[in-house]
Amino acid sequence: MEKLIYMDNHATTPMDPRVLEAMMPYFCEKFGNAASKNHAFGWEADEVVKNSRQLIAKSIGAKELEFVFTSGATESNNLAITGVARMYKEKGNHIITVVSEHKAVLDTCDALTHEGFEITYLGVDENGMISLEELKNSITDKTILVSVMHANNEIGVVQPIKEVGAICKEHDVLFHTDATQAIGKVRIDVNEMNIDLLSMSAHKIYGPKGIGGLYVRRRKPRVRLSPLIHGGGHERGMRSGTLNTPSIVGFAKAIELADKELEAENERTSKLRDKLQTALSTRIDHTKINGKLDARLPGNLNISFHYVEGEGLMMAMPEICVSSGSACTSSSLEPSYVLQAMGIPDVLCHSSIRFGIGRFTTEEEVDAVIEKVVQSVNKLRDLSPLYEMVLEGIDLDTVAWTEH
Amino acid sequence: MAYSEKLLDHYNNPRNVGSMDKKDKSVGTGLVGAPECGDVMKLQIQVEDDKIIDAKFKTYGCGSAIASSSLATEWLKGKSVDEALKIKNTDISTELDLPPVKIHCSVLAEDAIRMALDDVRSKQDDEG
Ligand SMILES: Cc1ncc(COP(=O)(O)O)c(C=O)c1O
Repeated sequence: MEKLIYMDNHATTPMDPRVLEAMMPYFCEKFGNAASKNHAFGWEADEVVKNSRQLIAKSIGAKELEFVFTSGATESNNLAITGVARMYKEKGNHIITVVSEHKAVLDTCDALTHEGFEITYLGVDENGMISLEELKNSITDKTILVSVMHANNEIGVVQPIKEVGAICKEHDVLFHTDATQAIGKVRIDVNEMNIDLLSMSAHKIYGPKGIGGLYVRRRKPRVRLSPLIHGGGHERGMRSGTLNTPSIVGFAKAIELADKELEAENERTSKLRDKLQTALSTRIDHTKINGKLDARLPGNLNISFHYVEGEGLMMAMPEICVSSGSACTSSSLEPSYVLQAMGIPDVLCHSSIRFGIGRFTTEEEVDAVIEKVVQSVNKLRDLSPLYEMVLEGIDLDTVAWTEH
Repeated sequence: MAYSEKLLDHYNNPRNVGSMDKKDKSVGTGLVGAPECGDVMKLQIQVEDDKIIDAKFKTYGCGSAIASSSLATEWLKGKSVDEALKIKNTDISTELDLPPVKIHCSVLAEDAIRMALDDVRSKQDDEG
């Protein structure tokens, strides 16, 4: 097979070699347990964890003690939502979130319905954006938490987080945001944006897998969480377990690099994305770009190629590593719920491909992808009875299909 | 998902791609599936003296759907109508070693075969 091209940077990212370099000493030499209070190995680990925590917290305008390390954004979302729900259940049992959230938020909320919580799911418009009016109207005196993701993992749209934060503050409701996809691409200040809890993950920003964190506000208001993992009382009781020092060091290095290079990297990736987008939508007819054009992450392109099916298309270009909203790529055999929530017809969901351009994507790769996608879509359209019918002038909506 | 060699071969080198004249009395057309379900197969056969002398397909769908219909056309060619009726979805799924979530692709191919055979039979009955 030809050389593989990785263009799925929303799923995960390769680790930056500078991150690996920073981590290396913390496996075999500086291996101490940060909780060992009485010897040099422990002090060394504790010191580097403290510095890392400070650096990460500072990158979002927070204080060192406001940041809890977890195993990743899935755990952070679980801890934020379930932790708040159980801690504040006397105050209310209502949580508001959005239909297009990551499953780590949706399934956590769903699980809480078995504990007597009621969930309101805000809709999204055809661009994937929430309505601030709908949010305001959904808040009741029983609402304890609003969870709205910062940037979406499929269509890359960035929600108006500052406005959401202001509404939550005005109504005295806690605000959690899953910023997993936004970190490193959008500048975040938890105070300016009135964010009370924020989830992140290192492997989406060229750091190691299995490490992430949760920002938990300490002042105005002081947010308290009921822990999910009990044990030695690490992380001020919110998340027990020996800290993963090498990964924490890697996480901090990844944040440091992302912070330093954010604007330059955004400029580079958005140029590459625009090149890809322009070429694909001019050289191929019947395409549709999914997600609000002027509010997307710089490296994101989610595009539907009408009359070809996403998994079939990915199979035609095995050297190109992307993902699809097609049912065939999911275990549920349902097309992407994010695209469905935007009111995109199922047929276009099946035809969608998500390209995720990242730090290590080169222009040569983008050029190669353009050629291969054009060639593959043409090949599959030659095979497509739908495309043939459309060329014959048949309206597909008038055909009596045999649903199965 | 790891696919079998045979499936990949049919997907990469699909046999008998194309279309025949739907109105021709010797041609039977089967059009099954639905765009919103993610797969549509069009399978056509040409029958003369109760023998399938040609078969063509076009498929919108995943690799398994394309391979299943390609294989079906290959098997149909040269068979009598009665022999063709004996082709079962399980024969297709076994030959291509379809993973469980893709079995419906072979079911669709069997449906397309039956619909094409019915179509050509009813046309030829009208004639006779
Ligand atoms: C928006 C969003 N939230 C949460 C997650 C889960 O992150 P993790 O893999 O760190 O558990 C992901 C990644 O899949 C994501 O994109």
